[in-house]
Amino acid sequence: MTGFLVLAVLVLFAVAIWQMNKIFQLSKVKAGDDSQIANDKDNRVNGKLMLWFMVFFYVFLIYGFWTWSSVLLPEAASEHGKDIDQLMLISMAIIMFVLVITQFLLHYFAFKYHGRKGQRAVFFADNDKLEFVWTIIPVIVLAALIIYGLFTWTDIMNVNEDDDPLIIELYAKQFTWEARYAGDDNILGEANVRFIEGINTVGIDASDPDAADDVVTRELHLPVGRKVLFKMRSQDVLHSAYMPHFRAQMNTVPGMITQFAYTPTITTAEMRKKEDIVNKVANINEIRNAKNVDLAAKGEELLETYEFDYLLLCNKICGASHYNMQMKIVVETQEEFDAWMAEQTTFAETLNP
Amino acid sequence: MSTEANIHHTDHHDDHGHHHHKETFITKYIFSQDHKMISKQYLITGLFMGIIGIAMSILFRLQLAWPDKQFTVYEIFLGKWGAEGIMDPNVYLALVTIHGTIMVFFVLTAGLSGTFSNLLIPLQIGARDMASGFLNMISYWLFFLSSIIMIMSLFVEAGPAAAGWTIYPPLSALPQAMPGSGAGMTLWLVSMAIFIASSLLGSLNYIVTVINLRTKGMSMTRLPLTIWAFFVTAIIGVVSFPVLFSAALMLIMDRSFGTSFFLSDIYIAGEVLHNQGGSPVLFEHLFWFLGHPEVYIVLLPALGITSEIIATNARKPIFGYRAMVASILAIAFLSTIVWGHHMFVSGMNPFLGSVFTFTTLLIAIPSAVKAFNYITTLWKGNLQLNPAMLFSIGLVSTFISGGLTGIILGDSALDINVHDTYFVVAHFHLVMGISALYGLFAGVYHWFPKMFGRMMNKNLGYIHFWVTVIGAYGIFFPMHFIGMAGLPRRYYTNTAFPYFDDLANINVVITVFAIITAAVQLVFLYNFISSIFFGKKATQNPWKSNTLEWTTPVEHLHGNWPGAIPHVYRWSYDYSKLNKEGDDYVIPGQDFIPQTVPVQDNEEEMNH
Repeated sequence: MTGFLVLAVLVLFAVAIWQMNKIFQLSKVKAGDDSQIANDKDNRVNGKLMLWFMVFFYVFLIYGFWTWSSVLLPEAASEHGKDIDQLMLISMAIIMFVLVITQFLLHYFAFKYHGRKGQRAVFFADNDKLEFVWTIIPVIVLAALIIYGLFTWTDIMNVNEDDDPLIIELYAKQFTWEARYAGDDNILGEANVRFIEGINTVGIDASDPDAADDVVTRELHLPVGRKVLFKMRSQDVLHSAYMPHFRAQMNTVPGMITQFAYTPTITTAEMRKKEDIVNKVANINEIRNAKNVDLAAKGEELLETYEFDYLLLCNKICGASHYNMQMKIVVETQEEFDAWMAEQTTFAETLNP
Repeated sequence: MSTEANIHHTDHHDDHGHHHHKETFITKYIFSQDHKMISKQYLITGLFMGIIGIAMSILFRLQLAWPDKQFTVYEIFLGKWGAEGIMDPNVYLALVTIHGTIMVFFVLTAGLSGTFSNLLIPLQIGARDMASGFLNMISYWLFFLSSIIMIMSLFVEAGPAAAGWTIYPPLSALPQAMPGSGAGMTLWLVSMAIFIASSLLGSLNYIVTVINLRTKGMSMTRLPLTIWAFFVTAIIGVVSFPVLFSAALMLIMDRSFGTSFFLSDIYIAGEVLHNQGGSPVLFEHLFWFLGHPEVYIVLLPALGITSEIIATNARKPIFGYRAMVASILAIAFLSTIVWGHHMFVSGMNPFLGSVFTFTTLLIAIPSAVKAFNYITTLWKGNLQLNPAMLFSIGLVSTFISGGLTGIILGDSALDINVHDTYFVVAHFHLVMGISALYGLFAGVYHWFPKMFGRMMNKNLGYIHFWVTVIGAYGIFFPMHFIGMAGLPRRYYTNTAFPYFDDLANINVVITVFAIITAAVQLVFLYNFISSIFFGKKATQNPWKSNTLEWTTPVEHLHGNWPGAIPHVYRWSYDYSKLNKEGDDYVIPGQDFIPQTVPVQDNEEEMNH
């Protein structure tokens, strides 16, 4: 597919150059008009090209949505994610509507009114009514979008502590993530980079009694259906905890604690069975197998077969290995989560094994 | 034309002292105080920096499209960082950083606004030169110096600045965090500090000149929209650039003098730093207080240039002149109170996020008015599709396509999931990068006769335009998809995430378009350089335009007009205005009325 596209682009490019060359040659033959100012012929040719460009624009738009929609993120795996997707859909619909109409008018007018000898332009300098119309329409549409957006935003960002969310600290450093669960008491112990020492990699204050039952892990497990409140810290530079499938993102900032909360709604196992994901994973494995043929020929290590997992990515430039700062997220049932948690060692146990 | 001729001998009381200079090579071409020469210096320096910036983008696009292939070009251009044709991850970040810095500041701020403000402000308001030619010269040479320092920083042993063009600390403050944050970052900061000084001197000069040196009759409401745009741009620059300067200064102090403006609680390279109490979020506020207005510092001049070119080539007045001015003012005002939309997920108070969503989406209103007014200006025109006009239409197209996605990014709730992904990259490249570049090209094609006294080749211009316009959409339209797929920007390679494997072929498409588009810029360069020497000699007013710059002789002379400064009797948009009977143009057989022509008996008077 890519090969074909590249080829198509190259061929089109060659044709374009050939055509342009022809135009160039033609214009050179006509010695009479070398003013370098557009004449009627230039206006006609470029007017038509405007129309063709408009066709290209729409075809490209449709082609894009047709072929590339499959790479987009699957349905949101969190409660608030559905609201975001809904808002996104409405905004996109408005945008596409406006885009299609305005681009049409722009390019069509550029074609329709291309200059001709003797054609008279209309002296049309002002019209208060028109101006009013296209000021007030955006005002109304945007007012609606702003209000809708603000309600969604406030819902997402205002964390109600009465919901008894599961509290987890996300800890960022160049170039790994760690998670700290608050333990049985659901209260995180005090922490500061000044306490970092040996196995105490996230700087927990050992003298804080709340810290004893904290659990530090390298994988993020979340029980489905329960609100999770992430408290985020960073020990060196800015990072950003980006969890695209949950429509969640927040920067981690050295010197302060940031937070983001959401409720996961789809377990990893369920997500792997969704049609979108099944197709996507199949496609990805096809690509990887094709690559493996090459790698095998070179005698290099083969790529593993891919299986879907939720991801936590770093999304704020943080240094050389920024591109590989990731953590696996597993969403599971409460029972599975409890079983996993039971296997982990608490902070107190790590200090006194 | 006869009416035009009448005016020139009206009054001669103006100074004639300008003819007696003895110009040496140095005062004429190097340390020139003449605004026309300074504008050419800005343009050529800007284009040179543009070549570097675009070449860098091709290098990192190659890396993104084929991360597992080896390219000898890396070794040629990047030396030890491209050894054996493999790009070093740090130098990848350095490339995107310097690409951003060069394109935003050196090409689109200095190259665009510097060139055309200098060229057009005195010429279009009827002044002999800038208010202070000397400061103007200093402004250019500071810009030159900062360009030199920025280029020098590429050759530092540990590599140039690589923390992203937004240089967020602590990454940019700590050499332990990345090698580019050592001497490379120091040079970056020094270069930018000088750049800001240059920009401020320039802006103050523009403001004073527009306020004080307008010729008789040139009221504010008769100013061409170019001047309005440059004037307001200069004001935004004066308001916001000093804030970046202070941010840069504080960062220099944090880096070198042990202060803690932006640093707190940091454990790096095995030790705890002493810094306590600073906040990286503070830096983000300061940076974006300039950073966002900067978008409009880049864009407004392009919109001003386009307004003028569209009206001239449509042979119609720009539709809704007053609304256009009002929207420039509204955009300028709003641009200073929206910076927080870059920081929705920075950890600042969510309530602030709400406020910034509100102000940000408001900016869409004046922007929409501008877009509709451009489209209406085309309606029932007699469009002369010169290359400059094509680029102006292209600008309106990308301004709309890129601007619309701003509705998504400006909405805090939606920003959560596309923040810092390729969706953002696609958005701002279309709306400010490509649009402003089109403005730059449009301006060059349109005012080339004024700058160099010769015409650029139109056919090469057409080739340049059509390939560029397809290529630009080819690059940035697919980029929206990989952004919405969740792909973060500034990743050296996406192969660490099998999840993104299916985006690889889209990245190839983008890179192929990027290479084609960059290649066709060589056509422009060839056209530009060869036309300077061999282009067809220009006539005085090739585009049949109304504005004052076309009343000056083709040959440049210090002081612009050989005789008295012309007076102005009307606004600059009387194209295709009919006489009272409606059977012919006001000046029979001529579809334009230069600003120097007094109001005729047979025309209706307007409010300008």
